[in-house]
Amino acid sequence: MELVCIVCPNGCRMTAERSDKGIVVVGNKCKRGEAFAASELTDPARSVTTSVRTTVSGYPVVSVKTDGEIPKSKIFALMDLCGNITVDKPLPIGTVLAEDLFGTGVNLITTTNMEVIDE
Amino acid sequence: MKYDVAVIGGGPAGLAAAIKANNEGASVLLIEREARLGGILKQCIHDGFGVVRFGQKLSGPEYADRFIQELRRTNVQVSLLSFVTRTVKRDEGYDITYVSAQGVNTVHCGKIVLATGCRERTRNAIGIHGDRCAGIYTAGAAQNLVNILGAMPGKKVVILGSGDIGLIMARRLTLEGAKVEGVYEAKPTPGGLTRNIHQCLKDFDIPLHLSATVTRVFGSTRLEAVEISDVDERMRPIAGTQRIVECDCLVLAVGLIPENELARDLGVELDPATKGAIVDQNCQTMTEGIYACGNALHVNDLVDYVSESGEIAGAAASHGGKRKLKPITPQGKLLYVVPQRLDVNAPIDNVVMYFRVSCELADQRLTVTAGDETVFTKVYSKLLPPEMERIAVNFDKAHTLDDFTIRLEDK
Repeated sequence: MELVCIVCPNGCRMTAERSDKGIVVVGNKCKRGEAFAASELTDPARSVTTSVRTTVSGYPVVSVKTDGEIPKSKIFALMDLCGNITVDKPLPIGTVLAEDLFGTGVNLITTTNMEVIDE
Repeated sequence: MKYDVAVIGGGPAGLAAAIKANNEGASVLLIEREARLGGILKQCIHDGFGVVRFGQKLSGPEYADRFIQELRRTNVQVSLLSFVTRTVKRDEGYDITYVSAQGVNTVHCGKIVLATGCRERTRNAIGIHGDRCAGIYTAGAAQNLVNILGAMPGKKVVILGSGDIGLIMARRLTLEGAKVEGVYEAKPTPGGLTRNIHQCLKDFDIPLHLSATVTRVFGSTRLEAVEISDVDERMRPIAGTQRIVECDCLVLAVGLIPENELARDLGVELDPATKGAIVDQNCQTMTEGIYACGNALHVNDLVDYVSESGEIAGAAASHGGKRKLKPITPQGKLLYVVPQRLDVNAPIDNVVMYFRVSCELADQRLTVTAGDETVFTKVYSKLLPPEMERIAVNFDKAHTLDDFTIRLEDK
């Protein structure tokens, strides 16, 4: 199977094949490519970045991300979950908004430091 | 007020320049037109920033926050919601006039670092015919709406341009519930990084149409449809290939141009290839005491290099001496090279150079020479237009410090 590693901007073009010794990966510049290829062949996962609404002045929304990867099949379920969150006070960067997403142990965290601005 | 260095722009380049100049002992004023520091990173909520610098995939706001926190530990004076309207050369240094909530202020500074970022090309720049209706946005404007203001620019979206910003917006709008009809690209190859083609389009089954562009827009008040045409190898529409795609939003991701209004006012010489200033290895322009860095200098694809050039400019602006400039002449298949000059009076043992190619190339050899000596060589198995390359060259070994060339040729 031909694939492109999405771990970093290098975007290594790789081929990954199943063999007796496990999954053989060619074309990766680093070890992370091997792990990515194995995951793509078995259970593809993605980090997701999005935003949730807030009631804080100056921040109609605040940016968030999963602090690890969740199954690709759960991306839109995560978007629904984000749609049901409202942040009601200024939060420091890295605040956990939802824990253990879909039983993965991955959390949803804020990625912007919500500092109140005097406009 | 008087400062050694004034940095204009509080995005990644300006933040890095201000921190570095401060740490080198200069008194620094950082002028930012928005209410918050971070520049465009504030709205780039996707990840992938900082892989080179921090070995981590950060989101844009997280990357910016690291620098903002570092800036707070310095003595840099920050003036937010401040817009520079005028810069004037004085016998010693420059006068900068800016407008802020406090009114009109003029400060004196020894050196200016231009970290003003870049602008997006618009519908006018690419000459799309048709109605003047609502619903046509640049990708950055659409990104600001979604990621900062929490508003959607449309429900059925056509994206023109397959650069990274176009691809990232295709995914972002899809995640937020819009239907992205397709991404159209006039060139025969995609403009963005390969990983973004995969994680932004293929993951969400968004079609990518190459060698096709938007040739007309329709809509009396709001956009109703666009006309798509195939284009030939010179990007001219082919008659008879027109088709109509219904949509209420057209997102234009059709290129970035360094922001140089202040540079032009100051008479700074620009490079037609980069559309930014011509600089030496310390990011100093051909106008003494004016430095340029980040996307104001040339459009980068990695923020890590934007920060790097900010640091180079900030460090140099806090020192500086009499220059002796020699041109670095690009040869072969290079689209551009930065820096365009070498100051042989300044350190030349670790000259950071960035270059870009204009078309996809395989098996290339890059050679940097001084006189008839080769001072650096590197082989590339593949070079792509969207991917800027960085090298660090030691010119110290060269016997003649003149006739510098950088050449790209088939291996």
